[in-house]
Amino acid sequence: MKHEAILATRGLTRRFGGLVAVNDVDFDVKPGEIHAILGPNGAGKSTLINLLSGEIPPSAGEVCYRGKPIQGKSVRQTARLGIGRSHQKTNIFPRLNCLQNCELAARIHMGGVFASWRSRHRAREVSRRALEVLETCRLTHRAHTPAADMSYGEQRQLQIAMVLATAPTLMLLDEPMAGMGREETDQVADLLASLTDRYTLVLIEHDMDSVFRLADRITVMVDGCVLESGPTEQIRRSEKVRDVYLGRHDEEVTA
Amino acid sequence: MLHSYPKRVHFLLLALTAIVATFPLWGKAVFGGQADFILEKLTLMLILALFAMSLDLLVGIVGLVSLGHALFFGLGAYTLALASPEFSPASLWWMLPLVMAVAAAAALGVGLLVIRTKGIFFIMTTLAFGQMLYYLVSTSPFTGGTDGVFIMFRPSLAVGETSLLNLDDPYVFFYFCLGVLATGYLFLRWLTRSYFGQVLDGIHDNEHRMQALGYATHGYKLIAFVISGVLAAIAGMLAAMQYGFANPAQLGWHTSGEVLMMLILGGMGTVFGPILGAFAYEILLFLYEHLTTHWPILMGLTIIVAVLVLPRGIAGLIVAPPGKAEPSKAPWLRRLVGKGAAASPPEVTKRRVQS
Repeated sequence: MKHEAILATRGLTRRFGGLVAVNDVDFDVKPGEIHAILGPNGAGKSTLINLLSGEIPPSAGEVCYRGKPIQGKSVRQTARLGIGRSHQKTNIFPRLNCLQNCELAARIHMGGVFASWRSRHRAREVSRRALEVLETCRLTHRAHTPAADMSYGEQRQLQIAMVLATAPTLMLLDEPMAGMGREETDQVADLLASLTDRYTLVLIEHDMDSVFRLADRITVMVDGCVLESGPTEQIRRSEKVRDVYLGRHDEEVTA
Repeated sequence: MLHSYPKRVHFLLLALTAIVATFPLWGKAVFGGQADFILEKLTLMLILALFAMSLDLLVGIVGLVSLGHALFFGLGAYTLALASPEFSPASLWWMLPLVMAVAAAAALGVGLLVIRTKGIFFIMTTLAFGQMLYYLVSTSPFTGGTDGVFIMFRPSLAVGETSLLNLDDPYVFFYFCLGVLATGYLFLRWLTRSYFGQVLDGIHDNEHRMQALGYATHGYKLIAFVISGVLAAIAGMLAAMQYGFANPAQLGWHTSGEVLMMLILGGMGTVFGPILGAFAYEILLFLYEHLTTHWPILMGLTIIVAVLVLPRGIAGLIVAPPGKAEPSKAPWLRRLVGKGAAASPPEVTKRRVQS
């Protein structure tokens, strides 16, 4: 079981009109690993994540989660199955405070709104889980701050906290460090590193230092196809990847 | 609206309630022989306030703009009119549940079909359903066509033979409507501050994100649609009780548009705003009607100016927009009341230090 992929795609393809955004991708994520997806802009990374989370249906191919096909399921259904996802754009509820944001995320996975309504005990459990994830994300001191009043970096951290609050098995994070300063980036990297013993992470990130520090395995995508996939060291040494992505022939590849 | 309102809102609402509720005491002294007429107008305002408030749940809280809300208002009126016996008053004990049940069933049916649409499509589909019922009712002989149906006896509220409230007395009916409005307000305040209301806020802000968290958002929207429809139907029933008839105009799109204007005027998403909006709209209407027969022009201009100057309605003058500390006023107003605005922040900090 340990070596079986928690998430696997076979021949996954998505076309937008004439454009093939994701082309025949075979992709495996093993339980407990941090799997980073690299690639230049327009390589199809976000589309791939959207296909995995059910945000868009694939044109062809298969997505298996814990051995069961999930392609065609909606984003809500995959969320209930334990695939948590964060977006590239900061996606929090600005009118709620930090704690409420996390409670909202936790509640639907703990019996739903009406269970919390009926039982005080359940409502308290939801709050406890929310506080736990805030603690994990080092936002405890911000629990009662309206999300709108927090710094950008804190909002990004809150977004990760919200995904954690849904108690996912697998987290799909689309550029969790986008737009952050060095210090904040390192903070989030530390946070993600601390999650690996409990969660499986699929990560799109442009910050190379963080990616090579965090990832167990890396998949490099170019033009919708997988260029190379393997352990971090292999990717670091790969000539092919260096040529295409790390900028030796920069002017040729950045289209 | 999850945060509690500032004290001034409660104060304002209590003060307004006190002024309106004591009208029978001071009305005669101020308006003389006109007092009875004014009382009737006030009763209507209370009913319309409930109607506008029910629409706020849909438009202001969930973010679904409906142009067919009169469907439920009219449905409430017609249910009462058609279910009332011809030669004796109906009992409110079973009339009220009947109206609520009919409205809930209708809202569920319509809601299942429209709730998946958004924006302009939601406006058009709700409008279409409203107009369908309008033409059905105004052409069918069963519902009295364009004349509507008369209600010969106002429903009574009695236990056995003893009448609890003599609703035929305009003063008693006035207080009855005030009570229903207050109940409706407290119910909606409770609902919007509950976990359920939190989900509705989430849907309003970012429905997609709610789905990504695992919420079946359509279900929650449908529940809100049904609750909103039921409250509107209660308002419609009260309106039919007051006038003694149900008329197709009560469910036409004019009525839907009017209540939407009250909502915009009062301030969406605040629950109490629509009450202020309904009163303001009706008072303006009353004044303009007396000034000129071309009052719709004046009313239209007023709404345009109101939207420009008070984008968040009358309520926007009193409460802050979500996530901000101080009421943000329109630029001209900020300049006008600049001193007052500058004076208020220290007060806030002082309070924080004390606590």
